[in-house]
Amino acid sequence: MQMPDVRPMMPELLMVCLAMAVLVIDLFTKRKDIIALLSIITAGIVGYSAMASSPGETFSGMYIADGYSLFFKIIFLISLILSTLISIKYIEIEKVNFGEYYSLMLFSTLGMMVMASAGDIIVLYLGLEMMALSLYVLAGFFRHDMRSNEASLKYFLLGAFASAFLLYATSMIYGLTGTTNLKAVAQYLAANGIGANSAIMLSMILFVVAFGFKIAAAPFHMWAPDVYEGAPTSITAFMSVGPKAAGFAVLGRVFIIAFGDLQIDWVGILIPIAILTMAVGNILAIAQVNIKRMLAYSSIAHAGYALMGVISGGSEGVASMMNYLFIYSFMNIGAFAIVIALRTEGFRGEAITDYEGLAKSHPLASALMLIFMFSLTGIPPTAGFIGKFYLFMAAVNAGYTWLAVVAVIFSAISAYFYLRIVMYMYMKEPKGEVTLSTSMPSQVALALTVLAVLIIGVLPSAVIDMARTAVMGFR
Amino acid sequence: MEPMNSPGYPILSTLIFLPIIGALVILFLGRAQGTAIKWVALLVSIVAFILSVPLFLSFDKSTYFMQFVERHEWIPSWNIMYSLGLDGISILFVLLTTLITILCVLISWNSISTKIKEFYIAILVMEGAMIGVFSSLDFFLFYLFWEAMLIPMYLLIGVWGGPNRIYAAIKFFLYTLVGSVLMLVGIIVLYFHAGQTFDILQLMKKTYPYNMQFWLFWAFFAAFAVKVPMFPVHTWLPDAHTEAPTAGSVILAAVLIKMGAYGFLRFSIPLFPEAAKAMTGPMLLLSVIAIIYGAVVCLAQTDLKRLIAYSSVSHMGFVTLGIFALNTQGLEGGILQMLNHGIVTGALFLSVGIIYDRTHSREIGDYGGLATVLPVYAAFFMVFTLASIGLPGLNGFIGEFLIILGGFAASKWAGVLAATGIIIGAAYMLWLYQRVFFVDTNQKVIGLHDMNIREIVTLLPMVILIFWIGIYPDTFLSFMHPSVEHLLKGINSGGREMTLAGKIMEIVK
Repeated sequence: MQMPDVRPMMPELLMVCLAMAVLVIDLFTKRKDIIALLSIITAGIVGYSAMASSPGETFSGMYIADGYSLFFKIIFLISLILSTLISIKYIEIEKVNFGEYYSLMLFSTLGMMVMASAGDIIVLYLGLEMMALSLYVLAGFFRHDMRSNEASLKYFLLGAFASAFLLYATSMIYGLTGTTNLKAVAQYLAANGIGANSAIMLSMILFVVAFGFKIAAAPFHMWAPDVYEGAPTSITAFMSVGPKAAGFAVLGRVFIIAFGDLQIDWVGILIPIAILTMAVGNILAIAQVNIKRMLAYSSIAHAGYALMGVISGGSEGVASMMNYLFIYSFMNIGAFAIVIALRTEGFRGEAITDYEGLAKSHPLASALMLIFMFSLTGIPPTAGFIGKFYLFMAAVNAGYTWLAVVAVIFSAISAYFYLRIVMYMYMKEPKGEVTLSTSMPSQVALALTVLAVLIIGVLPSAVIDMARTAVMGFR
Repeated sequence: MEPMNSPGYPILSTLIFLPIIGALVILFLGRAQGTAIKWVALLVSIVAFILSVPLFLSFDKSTYFMQFVERHEWIPSWNIMYSLGLDGISILFVLLTTLITILCVLISWNSISTKIKEFYIAILVMEGAMIGVFSSLDFFLFYLFWEAMLIPMYLLIGVWGGPNRIYAAIKFFLYTLVGSVLMLVGIIVLYFHAGQTFDILQLMKKTYPYNMQFWLFWAFFAAFAVKVPMFPVHTWLPDAHTEAPTAGSVILAAVLIKMGAYGFLRFSIPLFPEAAKAMTGPMLLLSVIAIIYGAVVCLAQTDLKRLIAYSSVSHMGFVTLGIFALNTQGLEGGILQMLNHGIVTGALFLSVGIIYDRTHSREIGDYGGLATVLPVYAAFFMVFTLASIGLPGLNGFIGEFLIILGGFAASKWAGVLAATGIIIGAAYMLWLYQRVFFVDTNQKVIGLHDMNIREIVTLLPMVILIFWIGIYPDTFLSFMHPSVEHLLKGINSGGREMTLAGKIMEIVK
């Protein structure tokens, strides 16, 4: 028997080994910041190897390393590095300074990378479960906090439910086509002239349910606010970016590769979901009083925008979705970094009213938060505008001008709750003394995110071209 | 081809980025160095004004071509250019912006006492963005400045405004944003229809199917009508004007709301000439409603700033009436009236700011007999009042006269009804003057000191401009002739002559 070519999965293999090593090293040191540093180095090494390795397929097309997967892996690793940076001080304050925290984040990222590279639904499922299992633990990392336990349990139960949907969809596809390989499914459908019959439609709907859960699209978003609120804030930041991007990676891969010819049919499923997601996210966010919940609804809304890219389809649509997720990872983690900075010993700092008058006592932190909020709203010259602009362009180009109009209206509505934070910071008088817990790593994370938001906002060409190159040859 | 009047350096970029660099300098000054911050802001705004004067002097008034053109590749992935240029329509607004900014810095000198640093940063960033809006020749660049401007303005109203400032700020932001994003979709539709370009001059070369013109006209209308503001989307304006600090009100009145009318002139009419022609009826109707409604509501106001804000609705109704009359008199009158309104209403808000600094009251009922207590102030205010009414010899007369002339040619009823707006305008302004400056001296104003040198210096340029435009308007009208003629030629020929458009491109390249 011939040994399969493992070169395309070199980054993942490296990740497994290094994550294990980090887990073991943790046993011999009490300095957990060293573990954090090691996991950042791991992310760097893995990122380098992913970029250096040449694209290819292995395990008879079950595993694909291409531009598409590489782009997503970069997003995952960036969100891993940024989330690690903002975790170091935070988990000390929360008194859960355990090394496993970082290893679990590494394993979760590994799962996402497998998802992005999956050429077969079974591999996809493998990656998804690996990512999700680590996240269930991380969401409940505050063992003595009821909210955290609730978050973990809720996430687990609903996540298991979604996995079941995924398996059900897979079994139907297997029954219809005799394969779980995405390309083979497409070939079989094309060769036998199978259109969108009710079985195919049902399996596509089930896929949408399963992936919709991962990207927190309405009406499968119910878990998000509770889990985002209860989970450690650093994990919320991580969860709102990496797993969401991973969900989009598999959504794009399954729908555009396996069901590429049926685009007219699945667009009919995704459009109502995208609109509902934007509506639910943006409208319910207005009523929130807890900033983590608000950002949870905001992250639901952003999934709705990004879905527009998938709906638009074609290389421009997919590139705009990827570009958006890339930009989103910076602005969202940046915002969470500020939320984390407000958490100090004996002060939770999660209420929106805690931001009252922050500009007076902490002008720099407020200015950063202001930039992130305007970026999330999509006001130029920030990166958020570029991301949305590209999505709207793709939608108009694909003939969905009306959908772009719906999206811009919701995007204008979103200004209300993002600006409410700015309003509290700048236009109210401080009630009490708010101190910030800052540390060197979190300052580095803030500097990186704010620079990315501003630079991509003014000079976006490099990122756009990167996304465009990544989708070249996709399909 | 290098235009003859090029100053030898990228003058428009300098004008845009000088204030922004000034804002960065202030960013690195200490919080305690309030005086230094003010002086930097004043210096930067004066230098920007001095730099903008050569634009005025060396502008070639014989052509409608874009001048002082700059063009660089910016975002090649989307074929976006960093391209700037001015023509006879936009140049005057750049000058107005640089002048107004100096006055805003001066008027805020003592009245802004909290968060001084942030205030002057916002003012300077605002200046850069406003000049950017007027000089952009690329739609993406234009939109970037157009929206970026919202951030400092939102903060100006919300942080340094009056008691109801938070409501006013978010209302301003949301109204403007909803309008703008609809325009954004319109811009993208144009981009794909015209073969993936955001270049405004290239987009103008194309003709668009009527159906598309119709929808895009309304998409752009959403953005511009909110900014103007036209009836019935004007309701943000009284709140924003009233609650904003003096400098914010002045910028809003003098420059920001001009951008809506400028948008109609620069984009809606040349890009969608057939739709514009077809929509003349509704546009004239909305303008007349704004004129009369705004004026009547003024009669009922008890708040000084709110009254002037509603008078803006009425006066901007004149501007849109002139623009959509779609003839030479109407268009030139409209552009001139934009300038006039910027000067007069800006001056009125500055004046209200001066008295507000002393009494901290905007209630008309708290005043009375100011003419005896503050004679110099009363004289200045008289000039502005009369200019606002449109007394012959002052600037308001020229603009309103041309507009009514144009409006009459377009529709007799519009002309007649607009003229009644002038009468009501005289009524509310003179009544305001009477209540504030004459009648019995109110106890609350006794002992107030008259204007100081700084305040006189702030108002003096406005007085000079009011008389200048009123007595010799040709200095300003001569800038617009070729551009307005070209605009009308585009409307009346239905499409544009390719040869001329080709020439524009030659100049640009």
